[in-house]
Amino acid sequence: MYDMKALYEAGSVDEAVALRVAHPDAQIIAGGSDVLVQMREGKRAGAELISIYGIDALRGVSQEADGTLRIGSLTSFSHITKDPLIQQYINVLGEAVDQVGGPQIRNIGTIGGNTCNGVTSADSASTLFAWDAIVELTGPDGVRRQPIHDFYLKAGKVDLHPGEIQTAILIPKESYENTFGHYIKYAMRNAMDIATLGTSVNVRLSADKKTVERTRIAFGVAGPVPLRAATAEQTANGQPVSQELAEAFSQAVKADINPRDSWRASRDFRMHIAVESAKRAFIESVRLAGGEL
Amino acid sequence: MPKNVGKSVARVDAFEKATGRAKYMDDLCDRSALIVKILHSTIAHGYVKSVDTAEAETIPGVVKVLTCFDVPDIKFPTAGHPWSMDPHHQDVADRMLLNRHVRYYGDEVAVVIAEDEVAAAQGVRALKVEYEELPFVLDPQKSMEEGVPQIHEDCPHNVLAHTDIRRGDYQKAIQEPGLIRVEGWYDTPTVQHCHIENHGCFAYEEAGRVVVVSSTQIPHIVRRVVGQALGISWGKVRLLKPYIGGGFGNKQDALYEPLCAWCSTQVGGRLVKLECSREETFVSNRVRHAIRTHIISWLRPDGTFVARKFEAFSNQGAYASHGHGVVAKGMGAFPQLYPCDNLECDAYSVFTNTPASGAMRGYGIPQAMFAGESHIDDVCRALNMDPVAFRRKNLMPMGYVDGFSKNELYADTFNQCMNKGMETIDFVRKYKEYQNQTGPVRRGVGVAVFWYNTAVWPIALESSSCRMVLNQDGSLQFQTGETEIGQGCDTAYSQMVADAVGIPFEDVHVISTQDTDITPYGTGAYASRQTYIGGFSIMQTAKALRERILNIAHEQTRMPVSNLDLVDGQIIRISDGRVLKSLGDLAMESLYSMEHSQHITAETTAQIKTNAYSFGCSFAEVEVDIPMCKVKLVNMVNVHDCGTLINPALAEAQVHGGMSMAIGFGLSEQLLFDEKTGKPLNNNLLDYKLSTFLDHPDLQAEFVENAEPTSPYGTKALGEPPACSGAPAIRNAIAQATGVYVRRIPITPHVLYAEFRKAGLIED
Amino acid sequence: MAEKFVKQYKTVHFNLNGNDVERSVDVRASLTDMLRNDFRMTSVKKGCEVGECGACNVLIDGEAFNSCIYLAVWAEGKHIRTLEGLLGPDGEMSDIQQAFIDEAAIQCGFCTPGFILTAVEILETGKEYTDAELRKLLSGHLCRCTGYENILRAVKKTMYKRLGKAMPE
Repeated sequence: MYDMKALYEAGSVDEAVALRVAHPDAQIIAGGSDVLVQMREGKRAGAELISIYGIDALRGVSQEADGTLRIGSLTSFSHITKDPLIQQYINVLGEAVDQVGGPQIRNIGTIGGNTCNGVTSADSASTLFAWDAIVELTGPDGVRRQPIHDFYLKAGKVDLHPGEIQTAILIPKESYENTFGHYIKYAMRNAMDIATLGTSVNVRLSADKKTVERTRIAFGVAGPVPLRAATAEQTANGQPVSQELAEAFSQAVKADINPRDSWRASRDFRMHIAVESAKRAFIESVRLAGGEL
Repeated sequence: MPKNVGKSVARVDAFEKATGRAKYMDDLCDRSALIVKILHSTIAHGYVKSVDTAEAETIPGVVKVLTCFDVPDIKFPTAGHPWSMDPHHQDVADRMLLNRHVRYYGDEVAVVIAEDEVAAAQGVRALKVEYEELPFVLDPQKSMEEGVPQIHEDCPHNVLAHTDIRRGDYQKAIQEPGLIRVEGWYDTPTVQHCHIENHGCFAYEEAGRVVVVSSTQIPHIVRRVVGQALGISWGKVRLLKPYIGGGFGNKQDALYEPLCAWCSTQVGGRLVKLECSREETFVSNRVRHAIRTHIISWLRPDGTFVARKFEAFSNQGAYASHGHGVVAKGMGAFPQLYPCDNLECDAYSVFTNTPASGAMRGYGIPQAMFAGESHIDDVCRALNMDPVAFRRKNLMPMGYVDGFSKNELYADTFNQCMNKGMETIDFVRKYKEYQNQTGPVRRGVGVAVFWYNTAVWPIALESSSCRMVLNQDGSLQFQTGETEIGQGCDTAYSQMVADAVGIPFEDVHVISTQDTDITPYGTGAYASRQTYIGGFSIMQTAKALRERILNIAHEQTRMPVSNLDLVDGQIIRISDGRVLKSLGDLAMESLYSMEHSQHITAETTAQIKTNAYSFGCSFAEVEVDIPMCKVKLVNMVNVHDCGTLINPALAEAQVHGGMSMAIGFGLSEQLLFDEKTGKPLNNNLLDYKLSTFLDHPDLQAEFVENAEPTSPYGTKALGEPPACSGAPAIRNAIAQATGVYVRRIPITPHVLYAEFRKAGLIED
Repeated sequence: MAEKFVKQYKTVHFNLNGNDVERSVDVRASLTDMLRNDFRMTSVKKGCEVGECGACNVLIDGEAFNSCIYLAVWAEGKHIRTLEGLLGPDGEMSDIQQAFIDEAAIQCGFCTPGFILTAVEILETGKEYTDAELRKLLSGHLCRCTGYENILRAVKKTMYKRLGKAMPE
């Protein structure tokens, strides 16, 4: 049994918003794979919970009229991986969330929960950063949309206003069109682990596949929140595809990232892995985009 | 010819376990139980000055709060060793039920007994403890230094024990000119057993006695310890052991049974349950001793050992538990595995402010083999010798006899095992192919052997008791004091019983649940002793039962006993092979006879005054991604000579499990502590890197079957040996691949990052 | 303690191993708690209670979940299967249970029910998986006895049997 003070269940977004307004101190629980674990540890013991797990309207992936991909916030990792739209347009996201925990966690864990807990190690987050995802938030005043890098305020803290819940993650067409990406999760074992470092790269090549039109790279665990490596991106954008470019691109990430020392890994170690991962993810992304180097 | 021994029959508990019906501790506990939760120390060393229980006592559902100021003033030992009548050989009694002098972060300070787990947890959080903090120490060598606070009042310099071995004249021998000196320090980590069922138990009083149902490997020993801890006579305690979800040595200690039993006595004998969380299991049960080993070898250029030095510093943690026996066993292997005339060996068990180290699969040998077998490859590098050739030249030869245990190596086991392993992994070809590689991703193969022995004689008592009760239909129940903990001894014993009595396997019913009120005395599951030790009492009891049966057959058939036999559940007249009657008919007639009614049973105790070597080796093949600092284990083979296999399929399965544990030991597992506070950092299954399904290659287990002459069934240790040589084999494979000879495990990416930078293999 | 705590109950209706059931549960209960305490499903094991070991695994609407981190009230309207539901009407074992026995994939037995249920989810897809894929699909369970080797063999053997194909060497 969990040490919770009360449980409020929402069956719809409107109900969830009403409950959020009525119980401002209550913790939202989506799949629960973070909240319940913290409650078991005693960290959130005695809290009130608002369960949004029952809002089926927030499940599934769809495409809006302008081509934007809409991922309902309660879509589980395993359903994201299996989704045909994801596989067609942003397969790397499906691959990234297919490395969260183990199969059972991927069945309960949701992309909304993964992004709302604000942790830098979330396997979905670096890819969402790298693809300029938009977070959709619904509250008493209606819906607002916010770029994901503005949504993360600091470690463990996201820009969720009173009364709001996250209702979707959006990937604009401009972001995914003609774009191919690769994610490398660096962890201490091959399943049931959190990332020591997450590296997500994507590239768009010129029509002749010889030039990098655009590259984007984001890291998890290279700073207190997921972050983009702007210097590295600038190094590669507009440049001819080559091994030397992969090398220069990966070395450039050092200017952008700021991992910390912790018992899980040293700063130097994470820096080293970031460079190597950036190189490998870049090369793989170029390969997926049809380039040769 | 044995009909059942040697066959891969299915486990006798397989149906129950495959259907989820097998009852473990919590499945048996009535839902009315009160729940006990423990308040653990949040400092690494100090004294509890006070515990404010006022707020906790007001929480609805809290029944009772008990603190370290309430417990009886009795210190008790916890190790799962047979009791010794010699006071100098008894385990150290250094624990109380709850402790005012807290000696590690996680020590037991108080308990809350409540109507449900939530109220109990709230109660624990509401307790306010005032501590007087003392400096603490986490490292055994630092703990031995002057001025370090003493962890136990009667133990200066925190050395629980120091023993040594001296042979020849080391100092003189090393003066020989032209010797090559190879020296290394080798570190093994604190790891935990991680059986999937946490330890837990429940207790209640009945008819003036306390009954405890526990997830333990050692029911009879725990009964004794509960009696000692509570200060009541041992007969007032009844201990039951149902199916248990693994033990691996952690449950070869009295864990929370004494505390749980005492809690019941403090609430009027009501049913109370104490279940460890996974976090508690990691810290407040037992761990494997982290051991730092220093080895110096002096060799002639031809690869002959002239003199060797061995020093081991074993992190005992906060309490004695199994104590010095663990590192002493490791040291004991050193002079035997590679015999050498001039030796200086010292082993120290040192208290620190870390979780208590106890027994864990291998009992000091995995640590000793990591150090010893890594060192052998270090020697081979220094001498430029082939690691297999060197081992063949120097390993314990056939015919070797150990003066203390009287163990003899009866066969050419090491060569046979290495030959089989080399063939299986294609060692010679791969070793050659992987020499002198360049490039970012490289492969390597490595070998390591291990020394192990079976059971604890002559260090401690070895005995086994067995009872057999014949049913009216000719089937029988049997029970022993040895304990099924998942390893399969119930099945192996059933096979032995069927053959020894002469009845079909289906007619043998093992009583798996142990109950100290009715189970004959036995010390439990440890020291890889079950099959070996149990075999003696089974053979002896079967003989006694057969004798009774044949005497009754004589009464019933008038044929002389000498002309009667019991085969496959039938009474046979030997002279013409005729079936005279079935055992079922005999038993019916015997039990219900109006002239001479007899219930046919037998029970005997066998004392075992032998011990047996059980040797083998591991081969590992790795692929090392140097820039990523990652090791992929590509292949692993273990070869064992554990004598005659009783059940080949179960033996193979057990080897897989031991190999898996060795893989974790070598590559990923380590319980970490915060240097500033002594607090455990990763005491959960997410942060403690137990290897998963995706961290293993296909595991291959092979056997060499040299029947053990001292065993009635030709068998010897297999439970622990599979965990002993895997880590150094992996380490030696990494060394071949990269030229980097790592001297600590686990060989994590962090360790490789540092080593590769040092070696110039990577740069930043 | 500030305000007085009021216990909150909810009646949950769901299908358990083919039978429609309902129970009034404390909303604080996990699905593990409800299945073990109210339905005495002993196959649902507690190994960590934080979703890290897989011993409490059950199938919910055909997918594997760690029931320890799943609220009991979320069972409303769901189809839940536990190992108890695998036995045939006359107590006959399913092929995958038998394979676990035949391949010596069971030792202490504590991880076994969870593993078998994930195997059921895998097998019911009707797909053929490589060893690497099977390992990944089974990687949400920890086992300390078997080294996973014989578990892999049991699942693989049953997969090929159901597909009507010979198992490749």
